[in-house]
Amino acid sequence: MNQLDGNAMAGDLREVFAVDVTAARFLCAGCGHAGAVATLRLWGPAPGQVARCPHCEDVVLRVVHAPDRIFLDVRGAVRLELPLADS
Amino acid sequence: MGIISRGFGGRRRESVPGLPPGQYLTHDFPVLSAGPTPRIPLDRWRFTVTTETGDRTSWSWQEFQALPQEDVTVDIHCVTKWSKLGTTWRGVSLDTLLSDVDTAADYTMVHSFGGYTTNVPLEDLIDGKAWVAWRFDGEDLEPEHGGPARLLVPHLYFWKSAKWVNGLQLMNEDEPGFWEAAGYHMYGDPWREQRYQGD
Amino acid sequence: MARAAVSGRLIWRVATVAGARWETPSARTLVLDLPDWPGHLPGQHVDVRLTAEDGYRAQRSYSIASAWSDDGDPVELTVQRLDDGEVSPYLTDGLAVGDQLELRGPVGGWFVWRDTRPAPVLLVAGGSGVVPLMAMIRARAAAHARQPFRLIYSVRTPADACYGEELRRRVRDDGGLDVQFVYTRKTPEGWPAPPKRIDVATLNTYGWPPDFAPDCYVCGPTTFVEAAADILVALGHDPGRIRTERFGGTS
Repeated sequence: MNQLDGNAMAGDLREVFAVDVTAARFLCAGCGHAGAVATLRLWGPAPGQVARCPHCEDVVLRVVHAPDRIFLDVRGAVRLELPLADS
Repeated sequence: MGIISRGFGGRRRESVPGLPPGQYLTHDFPVLSAGPTPRIPLDRWRFTVTTETGDRTSWSWQEFQALPQEDVTVDIHCVTKWSKLGTTWRGVSLDTLLSDVDTAADYTMVHSFGGYTTNVPLEDLIDGKAWVAWRFDGEDLEPEHGGPARLLVPHLYFWKSAKWVNGLQLMNEDEPGFWEAAGYHMYGDPWREQRYQGD
Repeated sequence: MARAAVSGRLIWRVATVAGARWETPSARTLVLDLPDWPGHLPGQHVDVRLTAEDGYRAQRSYSIASAWSDDGDPVELTVQRLDDGEVSPYLTDGLAVGDQLELRGPVGGWFVWRDTRPAPVLLVAGGSGVVPLMAMIRARAAAHARQPFRLIYSVRTPADACYGEELRRRVRDDGGLDVQFVYTRKTPEGWPAPPKRIDVATLNTYGWPPDFAPDCYVCGPTTFVEAAADILVALGHDPGRIRTERFGGTS
């Protein structure tokens, strides 16, 4: 099974945030690696999207879709840095 | 709901009476994963039960194989809506694994190689309700399906049947495991359609 | 310049299939009529959702193949049929002109090219990974951009190459575009080398030297993307200038 990356989460994340988040930079809570959300290694989409750090494989983001809710767990990211203007 | 896609059928599935609500019957065995498949050599495999006071009981693969084995046929239900009926497994009952364990705890956290966890109340693991299973459909359980061994708790949604299981931690309080913390239900009864938190 | 960031909740839209054409025996371009499309940047994709009569749903992402201009061109997707796919065979073989398709987008703001970036561009495509890179090539032409582009396009056989005619025409007419093919299973008549996978020699010869500081975009199956990106880094390219998009399917 070929594995996807954070680019494939763009639509799901766009349901939570009003702007594209794949260009955001994450700081991994596990190893401190920084990179674009688009470079996270993605498992899923069922039962949820699990986005792991490309450096240490710790879980950085999780997205679970319920019919009327979306759960976004970001405890694996120390912070997210989103660009405000086209960069 | 949006539009219907003319002529689209999707993967082969059947809506069959008698399935839990919202489920379809599938004839394949989908592989769903939250991370890379762990590859555990049998000489590194251990299953450890840790009580709420820290006492441990542990089995190597050989010791595990020497325990009484059971062959069971069960229906399994995945929260992503597929069900398989009449699946056959061989494994060791949790009643056997817990028989000499002294505990007053009501809850457990199930642990797996690779870091996956899921919480299951102790009473849902005993009295013939759960196994550590290592053979499926007459063959050794493949790594992508959880081999060398996985937990099998068929009366709950299949995310509770933790792949690559390596231990049980007894707890006094219920705590969420991997998918429960991410939004899935703490208990997960398919017959009451307990898929997500708040259901 | 198209504004791809749309504020507010991203909605599912209904597109009408206005036309379709085959790029290869197994890859089909869908021409979609999408009223009120906000525009998109080259490299972005859409999520397509199919719903069966009993409510069963399947969803996949597809890169947008077309460039966008203020004239409101139709949105085009090029879909590669995967033999064991659930969605792609429906899009290539089931969907007819006049049918409707539900999709959400445009999404993806990292794997995009903007004509305001002055650097030369290296595009490395593995199979259907050429789709978003073709949108970049088309956008470059529409904007009359001057940044030179080099495309290295890996396919199994000549019959598997999408956009062959158009790429030849653009190399001739656009100015500043070069295209080099890599054939992994079967080469065309008279090809000077046997089939091979993408390698250091190819990226070194047909890519840009690292000191030109190109923007690199690599897209295709995961194993292809990782192999190509590793080679670029080994050749001395700055990892921060390499953007990757991994597709599912077989390599």
